[in-house]
Amino acid sequence: MVDGAAAIARGALDAGCDFYAGYPITPASGILAHMLRELPKVGGIGFQGEDEISSFGHCIGAATAGATVFTATSGPGLSLYSENLGLAIMMEIPIVIAISQRLGPSTGAATATAQGDIQFMRWCTSGGYPMIVLSPTNISESYHLTKRAFKLAKRFRTPVFLASDKDTVMTTESVAIEDMKHAPDWPKISGEVYGEILDPYQVNGTIHHYTGSSHNDEGHITKDPEIIANLNERLIQKIESNLDELSLVKTDLEQEADTLILSYGISARSMEAAVKQLRDTGDKVSSMTIYSLWPVPEKIIQESLLGVKRIIIPEMNHGQYRHEIERLVNRDIEIIGVNRVDTILITPEEIIGAYHGK
Amino acid sequence: MENKALETYIAEDNLPYEFCPGCSHGKVLGALSDSLKQQNLDPSEVVIVTDIGCVGLSDKYFVTHAFHGLHGRSITYASGIKMQNPDLHVIVLIGDGGCGIGGHHLLNAARLNTDIAVLVLNNFNFGMTGGQHSVTTPFDSITATTAHGSTDAPMDIAGTAKVNGGGFVARATAFDKDLPSLISKSMKHGGFSLIDIWELCTAYYVPRNDFGKKEMMVYMNGMKMESGVLQETERPSFQKSYQQIQKQASQEKPMTGLELETIFSSKLDKPIRVVLAGAAGQKVVSAGNLLASAATLSGLWVSRRADFPITIQTGFSVVEIVISPDPVLYSGIVEPDVVAIIAQEGKSKVARLTKAMKKTSVIYFSDGLDEIETQAKVLPLAFPESAKKDVRKNISALTAGFIAKELNIFPFEALKEASKKIQKPKISEINLSVFAHFE
Repeated sequence: MVDGAAAIARGALDAGCDFYAGYPITPASGILAHMLRELPKVGGIGFQGEDEISSFGHCIGAATAGATVFTATSGPGLSLYSENLGLAIMMEIPIVIAISQRLGPSTGAATATAQGDIQFMRWCTSGGYPMIVLSPTNISESYHLTKRAFKLAKRFRTPVFLASDKDTVMTTESVAIEDMKHAPDWPKISGEVYGEILDPYQVNGTIHHYTGSSHNDEGHITKDPEIIANLNERLIQKIESNLDELSLVKTDLEQEADTLILSYGISARSMEAAVKQLRDTGDKVSSMTIYSLWPVPEKIIQESLLGVKRIIIPEMNHGQYRHEIERLVNRDIEIIGVNRVDTILITPEEIIGAYHGK
Repeated sequence: MENKALETYIAEDNLPYEFCPGCSHGKVLGALSDSLKQQNLDPSEVVIVTDIGCVGLSDKYFVTHAFHGLHGRSITYASGIKMQNPDLHVIVLIGDGGCGIGGHHLLNAARLNTDIAVLVLNNFNFGMTGGQHSVTTPFDSITATTAHGSTDAPMDIAGTAKVNGGGFVARATAFDKDLPSLISKSMKHGGFSLIDIWELCTAYYVPRNDFGKKEMMVYMNGMKMESGVLQETERPSFQKSYQQIQKQASQEKPMTGLELETIFSSKLDKPIRVVLAGAAGQKVVSAGNLLASAATLSGLWVSRRADFPITIQTGFSVVEIVISPDPVLYSGIVEPDVVAIIAQEGKSKVARLTKAMKKTSVIYFSDGLDEIETQAKVLPLAFPESAKKDVRKNISALTAGFIAKELNIFPFEALKEASKKIQKPKISEINLSVFAHFE
């Protein structure tokens, strides 16, 4: 028996994380406590900053000196991560950021689950740079996707989000030990690094200039339009031209089904329960769990639409991912949202109700 | 000693400085270069972290490692670099503007005593953005944003570092001949060091306020902000303290999950949703853990959600447990099968759930909590006669025992085994004596 916070922390440690800095916030504080307790045991550093800005700043600094860095927060903390997130993108810092979502703007409902930060994670930096966001639905996936996030961060030299939520992080569940030991059958991430690897700052090492300004290959500020265009284009393309490698979904398609239910995170579990019940009563229905929320796995989604006349999308927000699906599919496909923002998890019955047109 | 020193640490190819004529920044950068030479440092041993503003242009003038980040945050990056690699000498170049927006970082780095050297290039206004007032702008000053004179009390940057425990704190001016050796002294100090270096901004502050070197010294005396070393303490740096923590922690075992093997069996064929509703201090969550662990030991799947106010030692405490023959998909509870109410706080909290319950479900209540709006069967928590003396102190464990008996979905032995496996020996002993009432 274990909760999501412990699974995420264990995943980070097993991925080689040796530096964590964060600030307490419900429902992500469990991860902070685990990391600050565990890291010094293995010679790493766990640090509680005076705020989220400082915590993220410490992570970036440590990364330039060679650390494998990790941090976690919730939506309000992500607001404060925003400026340094841009810096991490510009400096090409590999960092994993676990977001344990809670409900509402501002303080909102601090102890209630939600999926309201899905678009926020995508658009959370100035400049509108593409993000990589992974979302687990349960404890064992929390562990394996955390490890995967570290691999992606390293390969693409960029921040990677793990989009979780209060219920996945704070609920204790029984998990099969086998499921923790072995990752699902996901495509491997190449160990090759995209672009140039910079040596960390070190005594007798190559001299490095890291900067958040538009810069040339030596890390010096430049105003040359051509160099600036190349830099920005490269930063965008290293994500957007690698959609196939970044796409990760679980499809459960049934022939002759004209309804596809598509979900992610905690709501995907309600979806799975609903699909089970529908099939038990003889209904034909397909489902898709999206693990790689961003970039949107467009190709896989479009390839799964053969014969589909309607898509039902349960999510604990007002339809943030529904808009992404709407732009991908023909207008003759009906799109139905099942949405809740009242602290209560979407029930399988609500999804079944939507299936039956209620 | 091997001579590693360079004649200069300034990247001469990038000269001349972009600073305005008469600006003090160049003087301070020169003093820093001289100090690095005095200290016989290889350029790869030094990281210069620059803030934003005119001072933020400085990184490109050094042949050392450099980092140019965001406004006010330079101290956090420097601290992170030093934490990861204590062999590096990490220097922050920050302005008075950065000390305003990043004041929180400055005073906390001083508290932490992280071993970095902060040089504040303090010229009393924002130079890069047009001469707006900053946190150090003197009273009555004319700036782009105080056309009628500044009324805010100027921040004493060195004083702030001093009262917050900074290991080495000094105040100086860009014109001081001994600035290089003062910088060397601050860098050699094993902890947080800060030098508040007063400067002239010839583009804005000087012409608008008729403020030259002489006026600056008069102002310094008038404010009683004396120059020189203001504090030098031998408090261990963060780096030293944390090495001790690592040494101590390395003796401890790494975290593991709670591994529970299946040693009992169950005939449960569909999920059952159980809610315990009580108050803080009744050990409700602990009772939930016992039931969940007993089910796991019996080969069942569980999820256990706890709900309590942010102030955990007051108000309601509710635990929701889903026990299922298959892995739990939906971990929420909208219509419970069984609810046990042991305090008014919990009763109010779960009123929405009890109202939704159908005739086939059961609510158990403890004394005086039986007025419930529901269609469910409402029955008393009928503990054995012998258990009466335990009700006040151990009602949650009694309720766990009662529910285990009533539901009969796993052997009662599993509950006892769960207590032995997951609880501290002292607590387990108490709970086992509570469970004995049911046998």
